[in-house]
Amino acid sequence: MKKPLILLVAAVLTAATLSACGDEPNVAGDKKIIVYSGRGESLIKPALEKFTKATGIQVEARYGDTAQMASQLIEEGGRTKADVFISQDAGGLGAVAKKGLLAALPADTLAKAPKEFQSRAGQWVGVTGRARTFVYNPDLVPVADLPKSVFDVTQPQWRGKVAIAPTNGSFQAFVTSLRVGQGEAKAEEFLNGLKANGVQIRSNNIQIVQEVADGKLPAGLVNHYYLHEIAKEKGIAPETMKAKLHFFTPGDPGNLVNVSGAAITMNSANDADSKALVDFLLGAEAQTYFANEVGEYPLSASVPAAAGLPTFAGIKPPAIDLNDLDSLEQTVALIKKVGLA
Amino acid sequence: MRARPVLLAASLIAVAVGLIPLGYLAIRAGEAGWPRIAAEVFTQRTAVLAARSIGLALVVTLACVVIGVGSAFLVVRSDLPWRRGFGVLAALPLAVPTYVAGFSWVSTVDGFSGFWAAALVLTLCSYPYVFLPVAAALRGTDAAQEEVSRALGKGAWRTFTGVTLRQVRPAVAAGALLVALYVFSDFGAVSIVLVDTFTRAVFTAFSLGFDRTGALVLSTVLVVLTVLLLTGEGLTRRKGARYARPGVSRPPTRIALRGLRWPFIAALAAVSALALGMPAASLIRWLSAGVSRPGSLGEIAAATGNSLFVSVAGALLTTLLALPVGLYAARSPGFLSAGLERLTYLGHALPGVVIGLSLVFFGINVAYSLYQTVWLLALAYAALFLPLAVGAVHAAAAQSPPALEDTARSLGRRPLYVFRTITLPLTLPGVGAGAALTVLTCMKELPATLLLRPTGMDTLATELWTHTSVSEYAAAAPYAALLVLIAAIPTWALSREVISA
Repeated sequence: MKKPLILLVAAVLTAATLSACGDEPNVAGDKKIIVYSGRGESLIKPALEKFTKATGIQVEARYGDTAQMASQLIEEGGRTKADVFISQDAGGLGAVAKKGLLAALPADTLAKAPKEFQSRAGQWVGVTGRARTFVYNPDLVPVADLPKSVFDVTQPQWRGKVAIAPTNGSFQAFVTSLRVGQGEAKAEEFLNGLKANGVQIRSNNIQIVQEVADGKLPAGLVNHYYLHEIAKEKGIAPETMKAKLHFFTPGDPGNLVNVSGAAITMNSANDADSKALVDFLLGAEAQTYFANEVGEYPLSASVPAAAGLPTFAGIKPPAIDLNDLDSLEQTVALIKKVGLA
Repeated sequence: MRARPVLLAASLIAVAVGLIPLGYLAIRAGEAGWPRIAAEVFTQRTAVLAARSIGLALVVTLACVVIGVGSAFLVVRSDLPWRRGFGVLAALPLAVPTYVAGFSWVSTVDGFSGFWAAALVLTLCSYPYVFLPVAAALRGTDAAQEEVSRALGKGAWRTFTGVTLRQVRPAVAAGALLVALYVFSDFGAVSIVLVDTFTRAVFTAFSLGFDRTGALVLSTVLVVLTVLLLTGEGLTRRKGARYARPGVSRPPTRIALRGLRWPFIAALAAVSALALGMPAASLIRWLSAGVSRPGSLGEIAAATGNSLFVSVAGALLTTLLALPVGLYAARSPGFLSAGLERLTYLGHALPGVVIGLSLVFFGINVAYSLYQTVWLLALAYAALFLPLAVGAVHAAAAQSPPALEDTARSLGRRPLYVFRTITLPLTLPGVGAGAALTVLTCMKELPATLLLRPTGMDTLATELWTHTSVSEYAAAAPYAALLVLIAAIPTWALSREVISA
């Protein structure tokens, strides 16, 4: 009994000591970078592998939840080992930028994405677009009845039929855009309308799309690419899914487009390897991958969206600058006040 | 009573580790300032959340006590057929992470959400916390007392409630405390079945507006709830006597169930079917419905190896730190030792994400060379799970008679020699049980692991998270299955230790 125990302790101690000898972080030009990714490994890893193949730069990636990773970066401050931060949404990037922890990106990098999808101070840049949309099951919702505006779902014919995920970042960004674009009163009226109309609450977008596809829910307000994600898991084409996407009238506030994005930390401001990664993510190869394999909107003008999705011009997102969506605290307060979270 | 300076010093180190998260909370809450704390804490929403967390803890704890004590009694003290098999089955749900259990229920039962759904999932996952210590205590009780009770004319039921239950009350209280604290800290189940508890509010606050300060301030309320709970448990414990086994005891008698044996078998089987069969059926469905596939066999093996490695490292460190605290509490009972023991519980009800961030803070500001190494992750596990090991050490030490150690000391043996030759061998089974419990709890842990793991290191829990977060359920299933199967090894060892006579 005793010998194996001692051996086990010795083995664990040795292994832990060996694994403690990590690499030196933030060394410029060493063909090696550390990436903190708030986006899932299955989505990002293929893009990072393409990058290493194309440039020879080794990437060490740690994956986590965007919000928790933003907290981690803020907690790490100037001693972070991260060179590049990839975030699920603009909010996570904004939170870290506000603490002065992100470097200004070079102009030629920023030029690769539209102005409205990057930080005004140039501290982060959007990589892919994620559109808000209306998902529905045609068996339960006749196509003729589809809402023209997101505000229509507070009307009586949608009573108890529409689901939202109010604790999800994408819903909050949408509410923030309503507050900024339509005014506080209108945003509150809309949320109250949803509540009064018996809106269904789910914990995330996937659950909503899944239930719509299964015929358990008629409709929901979600991000557009989850349909692609679920179809992929089922091994079928997104077009054959029971759940369908419906974009509101062009320009409607319900067509908000948020981004996933990337930024370079202060510690890595002068590392050409980090810039190379951000440039690569906005290049044709990675953008095509994000469009076709992940189902998100490419932000590079030269790469088309996946087949079956309307073009950016077709959905005409509302004219909202993502930089103005940093007042999440008020949004959260509003969502809590109305009683949706 | 001798002063035990070495034990006391070592206990203080352990307590310091357990208090790292609280120190971090104090610093960040201090920065937030009183007006912000007041605005965050003294609201109606806080009161509602606290009431719901307490209510959930109460319901789940009661249910766990009923199921845990009931199955422990049947397995250890009745002539139930296949009782060894049932003993292992009763401990196994500990190997099922609540996020796996919660998800399998939600995807199987339409409209499965709310308070009672959470109560069901949490009860099924955590009743072994009561079953294991109570089964051990039932096995260790002295049959003579029950025989006296029966000889004095009390019936089987009166003897059970008046004598047997009284003897195992400390074990019930210890298990119930762990259940209640676990319910406070759980995020996996409550987030899936949509119950707004305190911990869910803390997690949500991080993503809602990236409000780290608000989340941390809210967490302080969980510490207050824990203090209240510990005080309550302390009051019941003071009335319970020490239950050291005097000399040799005989194996306790078993009650004949006669006609009741089939209903009881059905009840135990039903609990196991819900707690184990449900997740198993779900995993099979994930596998068959999806086309995503996990990484290569090499990647799966690496994740398995990493899971074992970090969990064993975490459990070794936790046990090492818990030894002095548990021994000190058992050997020098009193205000100081009891206080120190309680202090190790304070971090246990905090959400994993808070523990994770506090260790990020500690790593960045105090121990940078350990940051993002296995060591810091092990330290986080210690801060989180110290009570599991402390409780086991304390119980084991309380059952071994201190007279042996005193005799050895009086014969001139040095303290370390006495510890190595007498204390350790006598308490080793209990210490091992605590370590096994810690290993499997570390293996299931997710939020702190995500924040603190060395960059690039995947464990079974992180792989499971990676795949489920992008709907790759078929790819996630093997990791979930492996997680449960591997966690089942220490669980099986635990239950065997507890049940085999």
